[in-house]
Amino acid sequence: MSARVLVGVKRVIDYAVKIRVKPDRTGVVTDGVKHSMNPFCEIAVEEAVKLKEKKLVKEVVAVSCGPQQVQETIRTALAMGADRGIHVEVSGKDYETLGPLQVSKILAALAKKEQADLIILGKQAIDDDCNQTGQMTAALLDWPQGTFASELTFEADKLKVVREIDGGLETIMIKLPAVVTADLRLNTPRYATLPNIMKAKKKKIANVKPADLGVDVSSRLEVLKVDEPPQRQAGVKVETVEDLVGKLKEAGRI
Amino acid sequence: MVVGHGVRCLSQLAELPELHQMMRQTCRDYAQKELAPIAAQLDKDHKFPAKQVKELGAMGVMAVEVPESLGGAGMDYLAYCLAVEELSRGCASTGVIVSVNNSLYLGPILKFGTEEQKKQWITPFTTGDKVGCFALSEPGNGSDAGAASTLAQQEGDEWVLNGTKAWITNCWDASATVVFATTDKSLKHKGISAFLVPMPHPGLSLGKKEDKLGIRASSTANIILEDCRIPLGNMLGERGMGFKIAMQTLDSGRLGIAAQALGIAQAALDCAADYAHKRTAFGAPIGKLQAIQFKLADMALATESARLLTWRAAMLRDAKKPFTKEAAMAKLAASEAATFVSHQAIQVLGGMGYVTDMPAERHYRDARITEIYEGTSEIQRLVIANNILKEYQQ
Repeated sequence: MSARVLVGVKRVIDYAVKIRVKPDRTGVVTDGVKHSMNPFCEIAVEEAVKLKEKKLVKEVVAVSCGPQQVQETIRTALAMGADRGIHVEVSGKDYETLGPLQVSKILAALAKKEQADLIILGKQAIDDDCNQTGQMTAALLDWPQGTFASELTFEADKLKVVREIDGGLETIMIKLPAVVTADLRLNTPRYATLPNIMKAKKKKIANVKPADLGVDVSSRLEVLKVDEPPQRQAGVKVETVEDLVGKLKEAGRI
Repeated sequence: MVVGHGVRCLSQLAELPELHQMMRQTCRDYAQKELAPIAAQLDKDHKFPAKQVKELGAMGVMAVEVPESLGGAGMDYLAYCLAVEELSRGCASTGVIVSVNNSLYLGPILKFGTEEQKKQWITPFTTGDKVGCFALSEPGNGSDAGAASTLAQQEGDEWVLNGTKAWITNCWDASATVVFATTDKSLKHKGISAFLVPMPHPGLSLGKKEDKLGIRASSTANIILEDCRIPLGNMLGERGMGFKIAMQTLDSGRLGIAAQALGIAQAALDCAADYAHKRTAFGAPIGKLQAIQFKLADMALATESARLLTWRAAMLRDAKKPFTKEAAMAKLAASEAATFVSHQAIQVLGGMGYVTDMPAERHYRDARITEIYEGTSEIQRLVIANNILKEYQQ
């Protein structure tokens, strides 16, 4: 198999951090806050590296869009086993307004440039929860998509994807080249081993600008304000099932 | 400190190199996800974390300094100290298991072993499938290492070992040991030699597992040698070199213990600082009270100072500069920090610090040994004083 896999990795605020809204309500506090690779992107990288270990793909390329700091995220992907990285430089206001549409345009352009056969992304990022980039990338490339993948198998020149859907599991067969987005149960990402962290240092990260790819990163969306979710109100305890039904009727819930 | 090619200058202590930051993060992630949740149970059950040791082996952490050609990670001692600290922050027992394997078992073989010995005694011990131990102390002598009464007599093409070794960490879970025995009693400490003994082995038996105050997931017991026969080729280094090997090994080993102590101190500080935010008394979180604030400040200061001493000693060692005094300072500072910080952490937690619901009591118990093994605090003070007096030699 001479397949080349492109894996998108996003630098997000670490899942364990308590998010605080900025006083001016334009966004959340990111300065000095711990960031890490989006957990679903970790699963995507792990899947790509596993495919390479099974010799089903030849090369894994990790891509991230953002300022200088995203290079740490790319290096983590390299330490997990990706072969090389591409850093698409987006900073300042452009980075603040960067969203799925622009990223999918970038990924589509890179997929063509790098002649990728497969793109694996996380199903969504834990900061914006958009769940759009994979789908948009496939549409822009006119490639089939296997989203919310919990299992991925190669069968000749096709991909068998088991998808997690509301009703259960759906199995589809899609032709390569394709876009797959990783769901939680696809795999358990490995810890970077020390030798791989050492090797990662020598792997190359290429720098590219969106303009080089013919992509305009200006946003069509404007964030009006960001607020904390409403404070949770205390609940009410009831003695019997009848009381419960009564209260629900009162509240107009049933 | 000299700034030169390959020698990191002191200003780099402020910001670790990217490689080290990455490996520190991976160890921290592993410790928080895989060790911290089970540490209390491991302690309760006195259970060796075999699964975790294998996983750490696969990560390269069981043989950090061993070159890749022998199956190790090929990283430097600073990286090793960072790894042990992060792992100990999750589970102090796992920290010492990693430290003993790296510093006390692999260390001397890497430094003094022949190429053949390295292949046989190092490579299988890099994967986490096998761990080693270090048998120097005896029931009759700990600090007085030169008085080793375990004997090694040559009989034809074999060495025959007889004697008892005490307080051997890892021994119930080990597959090999570095043993120190007297080959020439008349030469006193210059008559001690080092030997490699596989475990299990005829003539080698283990005493009962000690029921310890802390680090209970790591096994500690006597090793009893009765007519234990090993090939002549199992001598490590030259005859009579044993004391020198032991002392040099302990110089490095004490940085591993310093790192373990730092991990315990940090874990205790984590616990106390978190509690200070959550516990309210007198109408506000107790973190608002100066009494608590002063404690937290002193705890953080003690930990950070010891950490910088540890990193500095590790950097000196990596630069192949003398580091004996600095290593002793690091171990002394870190172990005293661990006992101080864990003591204060219980104080901050009050009654909650005294019960097993919170990890503070375990940190308190785990910390205590760091002032004793791999050179007591008293010995560290002697080492430091000797070095200072030498510097000021008239």
